[in-house]
Amino acid sequence: MAVPGITRRPITKSQLADGLFGLLVGLLGLGVLGLAVAIGINLASGAGPALGRFGPVFFSRSVWDPVREEFGALPFIYGTLATSFLALLLGAPVALATAVFLAELAPRWLRGPVSYLVELLAAIPSVVYGLWGLFVLAPLLRAAIEPALGGWLGSVPLFQGPFYGVGIFTGGIILAIMVIPTIAAVSRDVIRAVPADQREAMLALGATRWETIRLAVLPAARSGIIGAVLLGLGRALGETMAVTMVIGNRPEIPASIFAPGYTMAAVIANEFTEATSDLHLSALFGIGLGLFLLTLLVNILARLLVWRVAWGPVGGE
Amino acid sequence: MQRRNRLKALVLTTLLGVLVLACAPAGGLRPAPPGQEAGGRTLTGAGSTFIYPIAAKWFDVYAQKTGVRINYQSIGSGGGIRQLLDRTVDFGASDAPMTDEQLAQAPGKILHIPMVLGAVVVSYNLPGLDGSLRLSPDTLAGIYLGEIRRWTDPRIAAENPGLKLPDMPIAVVYRSDGSGTTYVFTDYLSAVSPAWKSRVGRGTSVSWPVGIGAKGNEGVTGQVKQTAGAVGYVELTYAIQNRLPYALLRNRDGNYVEPSLTNITAAAAGAAASMPEDLRVSIVNAPGPNSYPISAFTYILAYQEQPDQARGRALAEFLLWALDEGQKYAPDLHYAPLPDEVRARARARVKMMTYQGKPLLEN
Repeated sequence: MAVPGITRRPITKSQLADGLFGLLVGLLGLGVLGLAVAIGINLASGAGPALGRFGPVFFSRSVWDPVREEFGALPFIYGTLATSFLALLLGAPVALATAVFLAELAPRWLRGPVSYLVELLAAIPSVVYGLWGLFVLAPLLRAAIEPALGGWLGSVPLFQGPFYGVGIFTGGIILAIMVIPTIAAVSRDVIRAVPADQREAMLALGATRWETIRLAVLPAARSGIIGAVLLGLGRALGETMAVTMVIGNRPEIPASIFAPGYTMAAVIANEFTEATSDLHLSALFGIGLGLFLLTLLVNILARLLVWRVAWGPVGGE
Repeated sequence: MQRRNRLKALVLTTLLGVLVLACAPAGGLRPAPPGQEAGGRTLTGAGSTFIYPIAAKWFDVYAQKTGVRINYQSIGSGGGIRQLLDRTVDFGASDAPMTDEQLAQAPGKILHIPMVLGAVVVSYNLPGLDGSLRLSPDTLAGIYLGEIRRWTDPRIAAENPGLKLPDMPIAVVYRSDGSGTTYVFTDYLSAVSPAWKSRVGRGTSVSWPVGIGAKGNEGVTGQVKQTAGAVGYVELTYAIQNRLPYALLRNRDGNYVEPSLTNITAAAAGAAASMPEDLRVSIVNAPGPNSYPISAFTYILAYQEQPDQARGRALAEFLLWALDEGQKYAPDLHYAPLPDEVRARARARVKMMTYQGKPLLEN
């Protein structure tokens, strides 16, 4: 990069260009990092009054009463994690199947249109998902799906009524639909990047299509697929509008997934503009800080997972 | 060839760098200070989303008439009050009067000028009901407190002798986003129910004992329309536009009244006699035979002492116009106009506006 000390030779044009380029790229790269740090600092200072008042217990209390100025973040943390987990549980298998189909099985003429449609799902604004969830999905869930699940699995508290149609389950389904295009598109590209030799070798050994995909393609694409799932998780954790329209917005930790809950992003969106007291505003900043840290934590954990997987044995060895 | 590429890269990166540097300091978070252009002919305001439809109409008509342009951000009452306290806008707008604490934070005396009236209606979804549901304050509070849980509850039946109420649970719906509508509704429940006042209280967001939170008027409406047995509260304007069924509420004089514009204006007239000097008043549960009980003023908030003569004068003139000629646009947009006695007092407040201690308007 920059030349230290006294330069002996005159700097050529190309050296200058390289130096400038290096400096600029370095600055921009560090700028992104600086931005993340600045956001963290800003959130922390905004959350200061609330954290000062309640202490770290803020993140483990479950009361949320703006009138009496009692605040705690636990119901929102639970709602965020529960809906995101449900989203991956329901969405990731579908997305992965789509990716495998598109990359390995689909006839050429079908590949283009289906890929395009899957990507189109990602372009639908989240408020449209939310309205669809509220007016189409929620009535369907309330009238048919939730009672059926409740009847079948009702002995487990997790699936007990009453059935509102909106709640953590509905939020999870909406998020699942929203993460599918992200996971599917990235996974498809990763699967396509697996060298053709691997497949051919497998087929030459007499493997079936399924065995080839299972033993030669997916293991090679493993770390990339996990990366795709993480991208989807990032979207699920931070999604606001669609979730707030279907989750029921009750700051409680219900035993049943059919009951209404609340997410961190949703409460910020709902209450920030009309938060009249300073402590209320600060508590919302605290929720924002919590979401920031939660996302960071989940990403770090996931990164560790990817490393482990990536360094582990690959394919049929 | 390589050299040319390097040069190209150099030029490109430098350009990019300049661009980034040029953008960086300009993108501050604070909104620009009120526009100084054209000698104070553009005013800025922020606040209530509730007042926005009629305010937009006013601004449009007034700009055509006088050339004074008003730029209003409907970011919510809380945000409007904050921006007014920071003096980043010429005026704020709020569905609830400012609290004493907020006024104490202000760098100058703030005037509350009521502009129009709004109301909150209680809507419901009861299949096969012929006729309107009637609710007393106690019953409504009981439903929202979770004490009355079924439509067949004797307390509801006693008030609705002719109606065949379905035997189903009451699905309570509230608004999850902080809103003036929620403030007015909980203000009413606090006024009529001591239990509500002590257990929940009033605010733009409260801790609801029961129910499901839906986002915005449209969310509450959607939830109520889909759920048999649901009850929810929405802004009157929204209820009229969407032809929602509404409950008749028993007012202070014991009559069951519907949320019509005349009944809302009547509530303001009923409350006018006991209005405090600064006009900060709640008119829920107002006296009067026709008064609709969940009514409220929407205020424009402005500093009494204006920092700029031309802009202050333009604002005061606009407010007088809106209180006078502007009122005629209210009914078409489903707002209730102010009664004459309140209008006179609001005008008197506008005339208190000063620049360097001298009145901005003559007489």
